[in-house]
Amino acid sequence: MTLVKHELRQGKTSFLIWTASIGFLLATCIFLFPEMKGQMDSVNDIFASMGSFTEAFGMDRLNFGTLVGFYAVECGNVLGLGGAFYAALCAAGILSKEEKDKTAEFLLTHPVSRKRIITEKLIAVLFQITAMNMIIYAISVCSIIAVGEEIPWKEISLLHLAYYLLQIELAGICFGISAFLRKGSIGVGLGIAVMMYFLNLVANIAELAQFLKYITPFGYCEGADIVSSGSLDSTFVFIGAIIGIGGIMIAYLKYTRKDIH
Amino acid sequence: MDVIKTAKLTKYYGKARGIIDLDLTVEQGEFFGFIGPNGAGKSTTIRTLLGLIAPTSGSAMIFGKDVTKQCKTILQNIGYLPSEALFYQGMKVKDVLKLSADLRKKDCTAESKLLCERLQLDVSRKIDELSFGNRKKVAIVCALQHRPDLLVLDEPTGGLDPLMQKEFFDILRERNKEGATILLSSHILSEIQRNCTRAAIIRDGRIVACNSVDLLSKTSARRITVQGVVNLEQLNGVRDKKESEDSVSFLYNGDMNSLLRTLSAGRVNDLTVTEPDLEEVFLHYYEKDGETV
Repeated sequence: MTLVKHELRQGKTSFLIWTASIGFLLATCIFLFPEMKGQMDSVNDIFASMGSFTEAFGMDRLNFGTLVGFYAVECGNVLGLGGAFYAALCAAGILSKEEKDKTAEFLLTHPVSRKRIITEKLIAVLFQITAMNMIIYAISVCSIIAVGEEIPWKEISLLHLAYYLLQIELAGICFGISAFLRKGSIGVGLGIAVMMYFLNLVANIAELAQFLKYITPFGYCEGADIVSSGSLDSTFVFIGAIIGIGGIMIAYLKYTRKDIH
Repeated sequence: MDVIKTAKLTKYYGKARGIIDLDLTVEQGEFFGFIGPNGAGKSTTIRTLLGLIAPTSGSAMIFGKDVTKQCKTILQNIGYLPSEALFYQGMKVKDVLKLSADLRKKDCTAESKLLCERLQLDVSRKIDELSFGNRKKVAIVCALQHRPDLLVLDEPTGGLDPLMQKEFFDILRERNKEGATILLSSHILSEIQRNCTRAAIIRDGRIVACNSVDLLSKTSARRITVQGVVNLEQLNGVRDKKESEDSVSFLYNGDMNSLLRTLSAGRVNDLTVTEPDLEEVFLHYYEKDGETV
């Protein structure tokens, strides 16, 4: 586990910055809720009458006047995008950075098999994502208690679980891509996260593009669906798991055979 | 026992040549030199031996084990000093040395301390603040602290000042005496001539000569310098000809009698015949159609 420890130490700063930023934004949103609650009746009407835009963010099916409705949309944008960015960046860089920073010659000339290196790096990525989600979940719950609202345990837990799965899936995809990269992982990581996010928006707006929901992990993170059905769409989650595991397997296949420069 | 043995080892990067049909044997306890200019294939050979890149064809064995199959076991007993010593940003020297030892699952504290003292390396400094030469020292300690049986050094002295170079080669010679095999890749000939027992010369991805350093520098070729006027046009075996107003100097490895006949036909005021140094021998291997590459 030497490498896991090493990776966690290397990624510490980035982890702290992302966790603090997402946690802070999420808490801020929750603290704004009591003030906005009173004005929500009129806001709801406005939000509900913005046509495609309303549909894109699922605001036609959520009630902004309740904490759950408010949280589902806010959470979707803050934790959804923030978490996706972090997971994608973290995974896309983890294998490629050795060649980019020219430390591969150092690491790979030690008696550690490539398989072991991939496994330990993967554990480090999953550990950081898991730790971030647990901290943010705790911040969320504490913030809700602080503003004196009742905690909708089931909905909140499901929402956080969905975003956690989304991050793991994105990390799996980016991990696979990372094995191919020699430099410039940041653009690829951000690009994939943003693309997935917009695919879901498109799927929300256009009937024709519904199939995109099967591709993007944001498909099973739709706040409106989760809150109204009280569960995650198992088909989407299953497909997501396959794609994520596929990415990880590709990383093993590629990186164990890769010529290191 | 052969510590390194390659057979028809070939590596292409796509269509670009790396090395072609490389046959190289290094025996246990040898201080082996690997000479060639940049881009000849030295690093490609080393990277293949270390399992960083996979050979296109042919095979390579270290300690009698296949490098593509038993890379991990082989690396356990290798110390590698890369030509470009780069480490993880933000780490302290001692953390890097510790990481390297941990990856080998070995406690190298005592040896590491000894080496750092000899090389005057301050372990409390951060890697980012180090000069190129000091980073090289970190790489040297990483390569030596676990007391490997085989040392692979890729242009090791770049960035080291002369005093440190001397200390470094002293350490290498001690290790060699204790039984370690050393593969020294370099384009600095004096380094090879002073330290190595045997050497291979690589050119355009192929080994063009492999012999003891003494024999390599002892060729039949001679450096001939003539003061006077002679006509060399009919003479075979003349290379590296340098002409000035009333003298001519060249490397000659043809028939001595025809040389004497040619010279006696001209007007010779003075004549010197010397053995060429390794530098000239080396250049001879790099000559192509009379041009020095």
